[in-house]
Amino acid sequence: MVNPVLSLRGVTKRFGGLVAVNAMDFDVAEREVVGLLGPNGSGKSTTLNLVSGALPLTSGTVSLWGSPISGLPAQTINRKGVSRTFQLVRLLPSMNVRENVIAGAVFGHRRRWGHDAHDHAEHLLDKVGLGGKGDMPLRQLTYIDTKRVELARTLASDPKVLLLDEWLAGLNPTELQIGITLIKSLRDEGRTIILVEHVMDAIRSLCDRCVVMAAGTKIAEGTPTQVLSDKEVIRAYLGDDDA
Amino acid sequence: MSLTKTDIRNLILAAAALAICALLPLGDNGYWLGLGVTIAMFTTLATSWALFSGPTHYISLATAAFFGVGTYVTGLGIDALPFWSLVAIAGLIGAVLAALVGLATLRLSGVYFVIFTLGLAELVRQSITWVQNNTGQKGLYVLTDLDEAGIYWWLLGLAAAVFLTGWLIGRSRLGFALRVIGDDETVAAHSGINTARAKVLLFMLPGAVAAMTGAILAPRYVYIEPSLAFAPILSFQVVIMALLGGASRLWGPLVGVIPFTFLLEAVSSNFPNQTTLVIGIAFLVIVYLLPGGFVGLLGKILHRLNAREGA
Repeated sequence: MVNPVLSLRGVTKRFGGLVAVNAMDFDVAEREVVGLLGPNGSGKSTTLNLVSGALPLTSGTVSLWGSPISGLPAQTINRKGVSRTFQLVRLLPSMNVRENVIAGAVFGHRRRWGHDAHDHAEHLLDKVGLGGKGDMPLRQLTYIDTKRVELARTLASDPKVLLLDEWLAGLNPTELQIGITLIKSLRDEGRTIILVEHVMDAIRSLCDRCVVMAAGTKIAEGTPTQVLSDKEVIRAYLGDDDA
Repeated sequence: MSLTKTDIRNLILAAAALAICALLPLGDNGYWLGLGVTIAMFTTLATSWALFSGPTHYISLATAAFFGVGTYVTGLGIDALPFWSLVAIAGLIGAVLAALVGLATLRLSGVYFVIFTLGLAELVRQSITWVQNNTGQKGLYVLTDLDEAGIYWWLLGLAAAVFLTGWLIGRSRLGFALRVIGDDETVAAHSGINTARAKVLLFMLPGAVAAMTGAILAPRYVYIEPSLAFAPILSFQVVIMALLGGASRLWGPLVGVIPFTFLLEAVSSNFPNQTTLVIGIAFLVIVYLLPGGFVGLLGKILHRLNAREGA
């Protein structure tokens, strides 16, 4: 791959004797949407945590535009342009919807403050489908709306790479369609995205490429159709009998 | 930075309130002025305490440590240096001490931080006692021509500076960063906030202010010794007053300081041995009945009124 935005080389994470992520290698090109798949406990979220700086690596390197970012604290990685959502939605409970989005805009990759940050937040709220709800307190939001707020906060610093950790999980079928359309619109803007996801519809319609993990190791890589028909992948998900 | 009409109105009102408070020594030089000094002192301490602990929810019990260091700066330097420079030096030492404490402890959270700050005051007190025991010195005399009115005006000036600083921080990125950290430190770090730096920077403010308050009040004690300068009860009083008023607003602690000072005054003149009991009861009342302080109570009432109007 020529000039990948993000590349992982030999990325490993041990928790005591447990190897949660084992020598992961993959690249993400600019404007590419890469799905990170695998059964529960296969190390997808941990991999995302290693990229975002939430956890330190045991060994290996993560590089952004060729320069290493592994070992840097989360705030520095965010300032360099990697922004993320969390598996369990994390919002700022004492602030209203708009302030939650502004929180992502003030200190990150591209910084805004005052009117600039305010207008930018309003623009993003429109984009994620929360136009006019800026003054609302968080407790009045539905579940998908809290996810939208988090997504808007993540977008607020104009990140180079977006990490979405099961952003579509827990949505009902109607919300899921809305969610997929929303992520698709980000994809159409040419953003670079890594998404950890279980929803197959979403993977098929959103991902250019998928990396599949099982027990901390990469077992397949390719287009969604390729990996979903891969024998190793089927075995990892369904066991030996069905492969 | 742009000021709205409300901002300008609030600033004018605050300046007017300050001017009225400054007139107190002209009206009375005894009981009420003494009470005025106590209120000014606790307002300064509790407001600066809440600037850090309000948004971050880190309960600091280090006030007595910084305060005591300030009184000792005045005690040791009063014969050699002008008073104003001692206040400045105390502020500087307080800020540096707070930065050191912050660097060592603010990565810890919750109860570890509380215990460390409590221990800090004890540590400094025991160190000074140890030095005194070894040198045969007992305490320090602070003799100046600064009278009660002078002390009052100094404290009032410091309180005004604290309010102005707090107001500016509230409008700044640093203040916003502290609110994000208080809500969710993981989100803060993943939004590009250098959480350790923001916390240490803002922790330096109550450190400096408490040391300056101690430096200003030293002449009032005339004779200072470790058990007086580093009395741990001071740290608890500051916390209780700030929480009683409400640490989520700049003016919150002031609302707690005034009634609590009057209450303590009434109790200590009528039942001199029960002051600790009153502090204990006040703490229980806050925890059980007023978790958000008076500020939180006011918010609830306003919310209920709005809801009724809406219905």
